[in-house]
Amino acid sequence: MSKKNSIKTACEKANHVCDKAQYKEASLVEKIKLNLHLLYCRACRKYTSNNQKLTKIVKDSKVECLNCNEKEALETTLTGAIKEHQN
Amino acid sequence: MPKHQIDPNKWISLYSDYLFNFTISRVNDRDLAKDLVQDTFFAGLKSMKNFKGEATERTWLVSILKRKIIDYYRKINSNKGKAEVRMTYNSDSESEGDWLEERVADPFDKTAEDKLENEELGDAIYNCLGKLPKKQAEVFRMKTIEGLDTETICNELNITASNLWVIIHRARTAMASCMKKNWF
Repeated sequence: MSKKNSIKTACEKANHVCDKAQYKEASLVEKIKLNLHLLYCRACRKYTSNNQKLTKIVKDSKVECLNCNEKEALETTLTGAIKEHQN
Repeated sequence: MPKHQIDPNKWISLYSDYLFNFTISRVNDRDLAKDLVQDTFFAGLKSMKNFKGEATERTWLVSILKRKIIDYYRKINSNKGKAEVRMTYNSDSESEGDWLEERVADPFDKTAEDKLENEELGDAIYNCLGKLPKKQAEVFRMKTIEGLDTETICNELNITASNLWVIIHRARTAMASCMKKNWF
């Protein structure tokens, strides 16, 4: 039972580090531990490769979006217009 | 009874990112894209009565937006002379040289096909993002596309860092499987 639990937490930790690594927020020690874990854990290898792929395509696509301030400004003008429209 | 309802109050949170990305890949100017999206929302508001409910709200808004983009290109091309294609190689004929070679397309430049693929990829990403729960989509967007730090997002959404990572993890898993289905 305890062994099962420890495997589960190890993978959870590994995935967490993998997520962090996608945003370059993982430390060196964490990354080394992750890679050691990946050596023997197939499920986490799969997750990591999918995760990296996702990061790569989002980066390649150069998608852009409005930031919060721009959105708020747009929202205020639109709500004003909606009110005007209803009257 | 129409199939789809229209509700302008939700437009911004639901469609602004998709429409903005759609526009910016076609006009290549941030401010202009913002204006066009805003115009689209206004135009949509004005002609809300004409919404028959046959298409989804998003399709309907996109079709308005397309007209707006076309109108924009017409407008900038209507000034005579601007539409002219200049054929002279170098107006200030200072630099003589291998001008034929210089005019050959740069093989390392982005081709039209690459660009088209990028546009589609952007659309696919936003499609997948639209399928996520709202909170996950919001966090993923802020973190991955806007590239904000963890701390900023935590403060803004009032959540803890570990909470944020759990949301990110779920969002990434869902996004990866959605993109796998639709893109790879």
